[in-house]
Amino acid sequence: MPALTSQISPASDAFRANAERMRDLVADITEKATVAQQGGSDEARERHVSRGKLLPRERLAQLLDPGSPFLEIGQFAAHGMYGEDIASAGMIAGVGRVEGREVMVVVNDATVKGGTYYPITVKKHLRAQEIAAQNNLPCVYLVDSGGANLPNQDEVFPDRDHFGRIFYNQANMSAAGIPQIACVMGSCTAGGAYVPAMADESIMVRKQATIFLGGPPLVKAATGEDVTAEELGGADLHTRESGVADHYALDDMHALAICRRIVRNLNRTKPIALDMRAPTPPLYDPQELYGIVPTDLRQPYDVRELIARVVDGSEFDEFKQNYGTTLVTGFAHLMGMPVGIIANNGVLFSESAQKGAHFIELCCQRKIPLVFLQNITGFMVGKKYEAGGIAKDGAKLVTAVATAQVPKVTMIVGGSFGAGNYGMCGRAYSPRFLWMWPNARISVMGGEQAAMVLAMVRRENIERKGGEWSAEDEAKFKKPILMKYEHEGHPLYSSARLWDDGIIDPARTREVLALSLSAALNAPVPETKFGVFRM
Amino acid sequence: MFEKILIANRGEIACRVIRTARRMGVRTVAVYSDADRNALHVEMADEAVHIGPSPVGESYLVGDRIIEAARIRGAEAIHPGYGFLSENPKFVDQVVAAGLTFIGPSAASIRAMGLKDAAKRLMEKAGVPVVPGYHGEAQEIVLLATKAREIGYPVLIKARAGGGGKGMRRVDDPDDFAEALSGARREAKAAFSDDSVLVEKYVDKPRHIEVQVFGDNFGNAVHLFERDCSAQRRHQKVIEEAPAPGMNAEMRAAMTNAAVKAAKAIAYSGAGTIEFIVDASEGLRPDRFWFMEMNTRLQVEHPVTEMITGIDLVEWQLRVAAGERLPKSQDEIELEGHAFEARLYAEDASRGFLPATGTLHHLKFPANAPPGCGLRVETGVRQGDAISPFYDPMIAKLVVHGPDRAAALAGLQRALAQTEVAGSTVNTAFLAALASDPEFATGDVDTGLIGRKQDALTAAPSPGESIVATAALAASGFEPQTASNDPWSSLAGYAHFHATPRRIALKFGEQEIAASLSFEKGLSSVDIGDGTTHRPSQNARLARWPGHVTVFAGATSYTFTVPDPLAKADEAGGAGDFLRAPMPGLVKIVRAASGDDVIKGQPLLVLEAMKMEHTITAPHDGIIAEIVTEGAQVMDGTVLVRMAEQP
Repeated sequence: MPALTSQISPASDAFRANAERMRDLVADITEKATVAQQGGSDEARERHVSRGKLLPRERLAQLLDPGSPFLEIGQFAAHGMYGEDIASAGMIAGVGRVEGREVMVVVNDATVKGGTYYPITVKKHLRAQEIAAQNNLPCVYLVDSGGANLPNQDEVFPDRDHFGRIFYNQANMSAAGIPQIACVMGSCTAGGAYVPAMADESIMVRKQATIFLGGPPLVKAATGEDVTAEELGGADLHTRESGVADHYALDDMHALAICRRIVRNLNRTKPIALDMRAPTPPLYDPQELYGIVPTDLRQPYDVRELIARVVDGSEFDEFKQNYGTTLVTGFAHLMGMPVGIIANNGVLFSESAQKGAHFIELCCQRKIPLVFLQNITGFMVGKKYEAGGIAKDGAKLVTAVATAQVPKVTMIVGGSFGAGNYGMCGRAYSPRFLWMWPNARISVMGGEQAAMVLAMVRRENIERKGGEWSAEDEAKFKKPILMKYEHEGHPLYSSARLWDDGIIDPARTREVLALSLSAALNAPVPETKFGVFRM
Repeated sequence: MFEKILIANRGEIACRVIRTARRMGVRTVAVYSDADRNALHVEMADEAVHIGPSPVGESYLVGDRIIEAARIRGAEAIHPGYGFLSENPKFVDQVVAAGLTFIGPSAASIRAMGLKDAAKRLMEKAGVPVVPGYHGEAQEIVLLATKAREIGYPVLIKARAGGGGKGMRRVDDPDDFAEALSGARREAKAAFSDDSVLVEKYVDKPRHIEVQVFGDNFGNAVHLFERDCSAQRRHQKVIEEAPAPGMNAEMRAAMTNAAVKAAKAIAYSGAGTIEFIVDASEGLRPDRFWFMEMNTRLQVEHPVTEMITGIDLVEWQLRVAAGERLPKSQDEIELEGHAFEARLYAEDASRGFLPATGTLHHLKFPANAPPGCGLRVETGVRQGDAISPFYDPMIAKLVVHGPDRAAALAGLQRALAQTEVAGSTVNTAFLAALASDPEFATGDVDTGLIGRKQDALTAAPSPGESIVATAALAASGFEPQTASNDPWSSLAGYAHFHATPRRIALKFGEQEIAASLSFEKGLSSVDIGDGTTHRPSQNARLARWPGHVTVFAGATSYTFTVPDPLAKADEAGGAGDFLRAPMPGLVKIVRAASGDDVIKGQPLLVLEAMKMEHTITAPHDGIIAEIVTEGAQVMDGTVLVRMAEQP
């Protein structure tokens, strides 16, 4: 394979300016991650620890194999959404390794509002389960939660993708042979009680864990019975008498050791049907990605510079290099795994869309996973292009993306606007994982365009009524629109709402893509049957 | 030559004999006890015969069974190795009576040398110097004092029944004799109920130098130079060498002549060793060595002689026993270079050389001879074999030959530093400390050296910080796999922004270490629990074995225990605090009361149900908070006993 040759000069002023800006963005996200990582308040954490419990992230670390990577999802969930800090939506979730197998781990953080489920917490739990189901990953739930967040019950309880779906998913994953393991290390009340009850195997920690449908206050209110939490639903009761739980643990460490033992006995293998290679690092330092991405999203750059800092040996076998050049397609290896890469290199034309669809067909035929490097303002507009059937060609690409059954992983490295988001495997197209760079922006269209469109409509209205609209008034009108788009298009806004699985450091794109793809390979790659392509 | 021989021994010596026999085209029959069913010597031999249970008294010492085995398998001769039956004249008689050949001296030779006093008289008669002394029955003080003067001061008064230093007095001045004598007698009386004593020459700065001799059935006898075995602890040889350091031609001639004379005096056939005690207080002088005893067998330390002479002593044993003449005359036997042998034992040097047992989960000897040296590792065990309490806990002998003593010693140090044993406590570090001792290095060794320096030589060092970090990393089970094409293996410690360190608990002795493991750019770093962070060495020499990690640093090994939370929980009794009735019944007997401190498994009550008596026992150590009353009728699930909450 020919290696890509970089045209970038790390000594240039532009490079330095870009790198500095990206460093600031990464520093900002890192700082927010540090805060999220802490979980609840110092006070809440101290209280938690004083009860002999491990903090949620410590539980996670003890559950995972030493040195296991952790592909965390939804780290910034709930960020800025509820007016108070609900770190990571009170839950840690992600893929990690236990006993040599990738598993989805969901950990309640009882230091954050007692680990209660906010609406976005439910969404995060369901997203974790979706990843597990799509990628055939056993689920381990480390339960320590007060259940549904009562003030928000209307957004938590009744709808299809609300609390009940968690148990629906458990049942159906179990039915699909995806193990469901619950380790109860704290409260597990009411609806939450079904997490261990629905699990294939469950563990309880003595004098910490309780499982009951109604807690002591509710029992007292309903029947007048005086009962302690331990008597009502402690580990002794449930492992000896009720059979609600299977394993009795003395403390967190013991419980996690039992949990690891359960995973060890799952008898699972990872069928990798790819033509694997020995991995080689890229020829160019991935850290240079900081300097490659222009400070202004509108400023173009050659996406091959990005690819050269992600793939093995910077080797990239391009497909249709001279056709539809605003979309770059080609084959490469990522840590030894063959991948097909689809990357934006400008606005999408009919040719680029057709080329993308063709390339997806190739990858599905050959069962090669797809990586989308998304930086797209949209499809080309204009009379000539509409007449040329760009909607038809765009539809071909969207059809191919939607129906492709090979693992798809999307990395939003710049803009994600309009139908371009669809064609490049946005969230609605169920990529196995979707990650964002801190410089990315996501919205139906760019803030400028939106403001301009709205201003034009407004101007027409005013002028039709015979009024006049000064340039200053227009600017005043546009400003809040621009601000709104800037705010809502920010990756943190997206991440908070789980439109993506997380924001990552661009320099670690290679690692994140490799871990994502490798996790995805736990599920066999099915045959693809494409929909009707409009010709 | 024999077609087939039986080896009436086990361990390294059996393996060593098999190797030579195989080279000579002689088939071998091994014998084994229950414990040795899968032993190396059994695997190596052409055939093997089970001879009884593990205790030596029921297997390796049962001559009848061994002779029977030889007869059944058609072996013509029996090689006894060392120890066991090797110096048992009755066994030799039985072997001969059975029409087999004993590969060793005649029963008569063994008998002649077996009784130490008689042997000394015999040697004295043959003109071999013996330690001057009085061993007579008469115990009058005047007689003893006279004998002491004849022997020459300083003298040693010893209890005749003695041992262990009791009833022993060194006397330097005739004026002190009477007082020392009465003291020795008092002690002897108290310790052995026998106050008779003997008087011997006190040997100052004693060295143990022995001469290897070989005789055949044609009246020939030669020597193969001397070995120095002065490095001893309580008569256990630790490191042997050949030739003796500081040996001079005159002294060697005197000693070897005496040895050959001794061998010829009893028409000795086969391999034998004449042990001398040497007064080295003024260097090696021909008038300062005395006969101690003769070992009528192959010695443990025979390889050092083989290394400096290039002669295979086992081959010579077989040839002589088969009726051949000695393969070489005295003139043809030459001495070249210097050799050391270190005995690797399963024992705890820092705890008074307490013998150790255990499974050798990790056993690695030097892959190559040290530069410029020759190396022989004589062992009877493989990785995975057990050191059982039934037999001598020797693991191996490291034998190094070099062009001179300094080179050979450097080679020995290197070989020891490359020896790795985990699963049992071993004396490698002690051997290395001795090999590096300045006095030992200059050859200034007497039999008291180890005793004088024992504390320093056996000090158990504490592991340094980097050793602890290395052990913690190993205990975690993490192994870097940077070249893997599985990113989940190769991207150690990946987290989007911050990973949480993983805790690692381990113990060194009683010291608990709460370490934690972190990663930065794929490289591990360990906080060893005191807030200091260390990057564990990537190529540390270590062994992981069940529940343990052993880190090797030079010849020193540090073994850490790694607690398993699952095992800990089992010990603590996962049974919980409530004991419930398994079925409806009558509480027939109650054997404990609330507030009682009970131990795990202790019967607490008897429940009669379905015509059966069920004994309910304590689930773990603890205090009883509540217990049912005798005679109570209970339903299934009724709490019979509640244990007080554990802290």
